[in-house]
Amino acid sequence: MSSSRAAESLLALNQQEELEDLPREYPLSTSEDEGDSDGERKHQKLLEAISSLDGKNRWKLAERSEASLKVSEFSVSSEGSGEKLVLSDLLEPVKTSSSLAAVKKQLNRVKSKKTVELPLHREEIERARTPLEQEIFNLLHKNKQPVTDPLLTPMEKASLKAMSLEEVKMRRAELQRARALQSYYEARARREKKIKSKKYHKLLKKGKAKQALKEFEKLRKVNPAAALEELEKLEKARMMERMSLKHQNSGKWAKSKAVMAKYDLEARQAMQEQLARNKELMQKIQAASESAEEEGGAEEEGEPFVPDVVNEVQVKADTPNPWMFRNHSGDTKEAEVQGDPEELAEPAAQEAPESEEEGPVVAEEILLKEFKERRSLRQKSRLNQIAKPVGSQEAKDLSSQEVLSELRALSQKLNRESHQSRKQELSSTRTVLAVQREEPAGEEEEPLLLQRPERARTLDELEELGKKGCFQNKELPRVAVEGQQLERNPSNHLGVPKEKKRKEQMIDLQNLLTTKSPSMKSLAVPTTVEELEDEERDQRQMIKEAFAGDDVIRDFLKEKREAVEASKPKDVDLTLPGWGEWGGVGLKPSAKKRRRFLVKAPEGPPRKDKNLPNVILNEKRNIHAVAHQVRMLPYPFTHHQQFERTIQTPIGSTWNTQRSFQKLTMPKVVTKPGHIIKPIKAEDVGYRSSSRSDLSVVQRNPKRLSIRHKKQLKKISVD
Amino acid sequence: MKVKMLSRNPDSYVRETKLDLQRVPRNYDPTLHPFEVPREYVRALNATKLERVFAKPFLASLDGHRDGVSCLAKHPKSLATVLSGACDGEVRIWNLTKRKCIRMIQAHEGFVRGICTRFCGTSFFTVGDDKTVKQWKMDGPSYGEEEEPLHTILGKTVYTGIDHHWKEAVFATCGQQVDIWDEQRTSPICSMTWGFDSISSVKFNPIETFLLGSCASDRNIVLYDMRQATPLKKVILDMRTNTICWNPMEAFIFTAANEDYNLYTFDMRALDTPVMIHMDHVSAVLDVDYSPTGKDFVSASFDKSIRIFPVDRSRSREVYHTKRMQHVICVKWTSDSKYIMCGSDEMNIRLWKANASEKLGVLTSREKAATDYNQRLKEKFQHHPHIKRISRHRHLPKSIYSQIQEQRIMKEARRRKELNRIKHSKPGSVQRVSEKKKRVVAVVK
Repeated sequence: MSSSRAAESLLALNQQEELEDLPREYPLSTSEDEGDSDGERKHQKLLEAISSLDGKNRWKLAERSEASLKVSEFSVSSEGSGEKLVLSDLLEPVKTSSSLAAVKKQLNRVKSKKTVELPLHREEIERARTPLEQEIFNLLHKNKQPVTDPLLTPMEKASLKAMSLEEVKMRRAELQRARALQSYYEARARREKKIKSKKYHKLLKKGKAKQALKEFEKLRKVNPAAALEELEKLEKARMMERMSLKHQNSGKWAKSKAVMAKYDLEARQAMQEQLARNKELMQKIQAASESAEEEGGAEEEGEPFVPDVVNEVQVKADTPNPWMFRNHSGDTKEAEVQGDPEELAEPAAQEAPESEEEGPVVAEEILLKEFKERRSLRQKSRLNQIAKPVGSQEAKDLSSQEVLSELRALSQKLNRESHQSRKQELSSTRTVLAVQREEPAGEEEEPLLLQRPERARTLDELEELGKKGCFQNKELPRVAVEGQQLERNPSNHLGVPKEKKRKEQMIDLQNLLTTKSPSMKSLAVPTTVEELEDEERDQRQMIKEAFAGDDVIRDFLKEKREAVEASKPKDVDLTLPGWGEWGGVGLKPSAKKRRRFLVKAPEGPPRKDKNLPNVILNEKRNIHAVAHQVRMLPYPFTHHQQFERTIQTPIGSTWNTQRSFQKLTMPKVVTKPGHIIKPIKAEDVGYRSSSRSDLSVVQRNPKRLSIRHKKQLKKISVD
Repeated sequence: MKVKMLSRNPDSYVRETKLDLQRVPRNYDPTLHPFEVPREYVRALNATKLERVFAKPFLASLDGHRDGVSCLAKHPKSLATVLSGACDGEVRIWNLTKRKCIRMIQAHEGFVRGICTRFCGTSFFTVGDDKTVKQWKMDGPSYGEEEEPLHTILGKTVYTGIDHHWKEAVFATCGQQVDIWDEQRTSPICSMTWGFDSISSVKFNPIETFLLGSCASDRNIVLYDMRQATPLKKVILDMRTNTICWNPMEAFIFTAANEDYNLYTFDMRALDTPVMIHMDHVSAVLDVDYSPTGKDFVSASFDKSIRIFPVDRSRSREVYHTKRMQHVICVKWTSDSKYIMCGSDEMNIRLWKANASEKLGVLTSREKAATDYNQRLKEKFQHHPHIKRISRHRHLPKSIYSQIQEQRIMKEARRRKELNRIKHSKPGSVQRVSEKKKRVVAVVK
């Protein structure tokens, strides 16, 4: 029975989507259906609401996250405790108290009677009663559709398994990132929503309006068809506005404001604003620019300062599966209201908090419709894309906007025909993979983003894609729960023939999907990743080619290793050869001695670049020594090596023989005390070879001084 | 069978005489004497520090003059004898070893403008404000004799300077014109003029003895050849040159002490650019004298200090000053190149060591070797920042210090202005002129 219920709930879901999406395509047949099913749901909701009024009696079942066979119709779960209720246990205390005799009797009677077992036997559950049920069963079994654990079909499991470890890892990482991003955006949205400044919001709105106008202008230039569509949407919005009394100050909020308006200037202004809004919406569209502005305004009113991601969630929520949405996020109720506009006039218990948001709700509806359309369009185009091989995608890189718009037009046409079927397909694909891979492709809430060439995918988009996948993942288990919740509603067997018809379609599509799933691997998310990788690879390739000859990295590593080795403190060998034993040429100090006098160098401090693989930090530079080092090459030297050589040659007698020490240290000019130095004469320089009597200055130029001169010098110094 | 035994050559360890030093065998294996550079660096650093510790250049002050000392002269034969003329016309002869005045002559009325000794050292000449040139005997008058000049020449104009030829009995005076005199005559052999301004000093070239240079108050330096009747050439500088001095070791080089605080070393063959501009003084340079080695010169300045410049450096290596020394008017480097004398406004002649930290007196050979080694080390490591800083550090009186700062700022401003002018004018329209070229106004032949 439960399985049939599940199937029914599925059907109901599909059906509902259709209703939301395409009211005009199945005008007659679905309308009855709609009424019935809606009535059912309303009834159920009412029940829920009533039951939830009493806090103690609230079901715990609603929070159950797993499907199980042991589901009673009366929502008594035998699961939580893990024990079975034994009747004798119940009876035991009764025995002691005599006052409960009547009850005892009753129970005994119950015991004696044979009743329907709870839960039912498997056969009984699985017995299909109606022909429709039979058909469904057939199909489900044929397809090995899991009834109890609706998460994965065997096929899907297989495909999951087919994913390589790396892929899975990648996917997981993506999902993680997406989740982090989502929470970040949510936090941001919350923060921004808290901002009380009216001025800020006004500015924000204005900015958005401007942006929308601009984009519409662009769209008009680039893609007139799409622009026209936008206009149509506006027209529709106008119609809606005319039909509804949203902005005519008739709502609860408006009435309350009207009371205040007498005294409060702001309230008056607010009312006036609303009226103006009404007027604006009711205005017939003349110029494209105006409409664009209005549209922008509508959009803003819907989500004034909610970030993209949040919007996205809502958008998705209303499209294929309202149940998914309901479970999803904090502002579920609101979304639910958006999801099925018919329910707007529902019990006050739900409606009360939202009464103030009536205006936005309508605007949202408009918006949502747009989104739906656009999404269907996108899906269309994506399908086309799927059909093409990956190589052709690459080739399409150069495709201009025209091609794109053509494609869009085509897809629009196709859309009309196969819209519903696609919807079904989407909703019915509960597989993780399929959904993840089906969903993606630039699912931005930005209405005009479609105008971009498909190839222009950025990392951000990729992230968003990942996010979507994440949402889907989250939602999937809930679907089952919803299904079971639906089961609670006993009268869910309505519109059977319709469902049957649709079922066929759905199943066909499912088949199609499952068969296709392996080929779809190369779709949205993976392809984008690949493209990015391609770019990176290209760059790497280029670099590789540029530095073809030299292996820079290895060189660097080698260099670093050498530097590390060089910087390590060295052991000191203090062995004195010949000390305590014979020494000489060919004799080496004994190993024992060497070992004894070898001073192990202490382990130095860890290198600063220890954890930096592609950095060498030179630790040789000693800041204490810098103060003693020459910074610039001094004047007469032309090369630092020259200078270094002069510094490195020692001149002291420790390193030089006496003779060379004297030579090295002889001053350039030697003057003797007490000797008058006469001005130089021509003879002194060697122009005329007259002996020099008073040589008191010795120019240090040994080559020029003849031996005779030296002798003279000696003589003089002796004197 | 071969018996191994230790055998040594006595030549390697036995000294020839008892007076020889004991031979110390040394192993010069570099591995046994590591860290040569650091060790030498430390030695150099210590030597530099010790140099500054021992830098006490001031030796003596010779007092006795009753007015500012206007001129100084060295005795060509005796290191211990110095002659000085004062602004009150008094000439004194000093014995440096005793640091005493050995003779004083009231030579002139008014200033003694110039004094010079004859190359043989037997007599000296003075010129004064009283328009006379007087020749005096170096030795004092014998007992009972009166103090009189050997010769007196009465001129028509005031003589401002005098210099004697290095080899011949010829001397030159300057004033209105440059006169070259024979000692035996009372009228000049020839007198040379170029322009009308008064000439402040005249100097014979010690090597090419026929050449002489003079500097006039119309900012020019004129070179003469004694053998010609006309001047050789002249160079006009920015400001007036007070005096010049020839390099005693390089015939063509002379240095001019200029009023613009700088000294200019010229090569007389190429006067259009000075070989070097020496700048450190903060006031007019009044006198300059070369060391007899020709490697340095000393300059006396109006800023109450004397500075020693290496010939090839534009910055001084040494500055001497004392609290009591006023404007230094004349300076001389003694002939043994060890001392510097300066005469200043406040009537004293001061004796300085030419090398501030040099040890005076006889040095043992080890001391000498050590000083030589230290000197060499200082030279070797002179570019290292610590050593450089220590060796360059000098104390200066506040007035000089602040003036240096001020002038640095002025100089920087001028430089910046020039740069800006170049930057903001049409490219090529403003040419950059080197500092050396800028100072020379013209060269006339």
